[in-house]
Amino acid sequence: MPDTVLLRLEHVSKRFGAVQALTEVDFEVSAGEVVALVGDNGAGKSTLIKLISGIFKADSGRFEFDGSERSVTSPSDATDLGIATVYQDLALCDNLDVVANLYLGHERIGGSRFLDETDMERDASGLLQRLSVSIPSVRTPVASLSGGQRQSVAVAKATMGQPKLVILDEPTAALGVPQTRQVLALIRRLRDSGLGVVVISHNLVDVFAVADRIIVMRLGRRVATYDAATSNADQVVAAMTGANLAEVDQAMGRPSEDQPASDGASDGASDAGSDGGSTGGTP
Amino acid sequence: MTVEQERSGTRSEPVAGEHDDDIVITPDSRLITEEPGLGGAARAFRRRLAQGELGNLPVLLGIAAIWIVFQSLNDRFLSPVNLTNLMLQIAAMGTISVGIVLVLLLGEIDLSVGAVSGFAAAVMAVLNVKHGWSAWASMAAAIAVGLAIGAFQGAWITKLRVPSFVVTLAGLLAWQGALLYVLGGTGTINLSDPGIIDLTSTFFGPVVSWVIAIGVLVAYVGAVGLNRRRRRAVGVPVAPIRVVAARAIALAVIVVVATVTFQRDRGLPLATVLLVGFVVIFDIITRRTRFGRHIFAVGGNAEAARRAGISVDGVRLAVFTLCSGMAAVGGILAASRLFAVNQSSGGSDLLLNAIAAAVIGGTSLFGGRGSAWSALLGALVIGSIANGMDLLNVESSIKFMVTGAVLLVAVTIDAVSRRGRATAGRF
Repeated sequence: MPDTVLLRLEHVSKRFGAVQALTEVDFEVSAGEVVALVGDNGAGKSTLIKLISGIFKADSGRFEFDGSERSVTSPSDATDLGIATVYQDLALCDNLDVVANLYLGHERIGGSRFLDETDMERDASGLLQRLSVSIPSVRTPVASLSGGQRQSVAVAKATMGQPKLVILDEPTAALGVPQTRQVLALIRRLRDSGLGVVVISHNLVDVFAVADRIIVMRLGRRVATYDAATSNADQVVAAMTGANLAEVDQAMGRPSEDQPASDGASDGASDAGSDGGSTGGTP
Repeated sequence: MTVEQERSGTRSEPVAGEHDDDIVITPDSRLITEEPGLGGAARAFRRRLAQGELGNLPVLLGIAAIWIVFQSLNDRFLSPVNLTNLMLQIAAMGTISVGIVLVLLLGEIDLSVGAVSGFAAAVMAVLNVKHGWSAWASMAAAIAVGLAIGAFQGAWITKLRVPSFVVTLAGLLAWQGALLYVLGGTGTINLSDPGIIDLTSTFFGPVVSWVIAIGVLVAYVGAVGLNRRRRRAVGVPVAPIRVVAARAIALAVIVVVATVTFQRDRGLPLATVLLVGFVVIFDIITRRTRFGRHIFAVGGNAEAARRAGISVDGVRLAVFTLCSGMAAVGGILAASRLFAVNQSSGGSDLLLNAIAAAVIGGTSLFGGRGSAWSALLGALVIGSIANGMDLLNVESSIKFMVTGAVLLVAVTIDAVSRRGRATAGRF
């Protein structure tokens, strides 16, 4: 695990009316690390990223970014810190071309007070090339791009403000196999360029393909943490559902006696167990 | 007409490939490049036809068809006198329509522009005739009234979240009432101040006309040339010279033919210079400024615009203000042409014609797509039909029905070509 912790949340709780959405959750991402946030519906993943991106404010807990405690109460606070979020709806304008979307809200003005389209087009092409995003023409309206290209443009747009942390909400939902690979490769490139990346996903295949660490949430608590290299999908599913591994194996119609990975599970989950104290349903 | 230039004219270079850990990006073979030569041009045209990427071509063809039909029915239709009259007839409608285009780009509507144009003209007439204000001061006051009305309606729409349809429908009634109130018992105020009348009765002679015409062409070619040089200097792809040259030649033909035609009658009308000037200014504002980009963004996806830090309410407020301001300018032009302001100023079919012009010209009713040029082109379509039927002494009952049918056909063409665009993945 990389050593420079970029974002650290400690004992964060959030309540909506009678619903305790998050209970004493700890969360940490390092620079140059992809953290996957997984959990069933209602586990609190969305609430957690909305706290990080400033849409909600935590009821209690500590928010530490780049080594110092911060108060993030609005999306612009988060943007100023260097946290960029790509929501599932991507927030692209279909009628505008790729360049216009990348620079939306930060259009460059030339000496004549008019838009500097030439400069923006060159730099947009350069950015997409650096990220190896393949797009027919940066002057194509976003409406005519494929789902993977749209996702890639949205991610590229998130990197326009030189963020330190990028949060991606379901980046591979509704994408085909080649498009998914394209987006996962883009996520790896973000990590390799030293950014911290948080990915929310339901697709465990994608999670294992791209994540360094997997944080499992269930019913508003962080229940387990796995090192993606030394764990497997069954363990993660078990943690997500609160079932034990044997039950998962039975549900999948497999014999349950051979469990070489159960050691790995307790091993990987020890992290959450030691500092969160809320290991809930892990075996 | 350069509206489609950025979109369809430029083609990117293939993205240079780099080997990644699990994907390999090759130079992009999906990219359709324009082939050289006449055959390539023909193929590119067929592709754009199929994808509904025609820009202003359908409207231009429509205008040509309408002109040919009316000319064959009455050979005075294409005479310089009648074409000059046509340009004077559409000045007010076209000017109001420019403002409507902006509102439509947001996906909103303004139904009050007719009433606002009448009310603003009445304010001008009362100040000029009854209070002895100078022509300039009373026109400035009329425009200020228009801007204030727009700001008021815009604030109501953005702050109180009342749909623009309802707010401006209420405005339609209210400002019509205000017009009657301002006119008072007389009902009609005749205008005689040359400062106002001359707006639509000034004609430029050959020297001024040709200076303007050549100035326009030099400015266009210069701007396009500078842009190409700049793009080449920073290594961004440029449009094929064939396309650029064709556009420049088409523009030159239109400007020269128009100038010659106007000179064979009274000369280049000031009202036409004003209308085309407004169209060019708003075309530049919408396509070349940050504010214009934000109008398109709000019209395309208001939520995305908001998250990008754009003040969505600010853009809406500014657009409604500008639209009512342009309505006031149109009202001044209409009053100038009529030599009077009366109880029916800004009433009748002016509102619907201004909206129809924008839509016929190719601006979408659903926001995010269109251009200032559609105001001029659509006004030409509607104006030509009205003018041609007047020449043929067609009854106004028939005129309304024909204009309605033309609007329906134009919107249908738009809807069908939109389907082509949707199939081709265009917005």
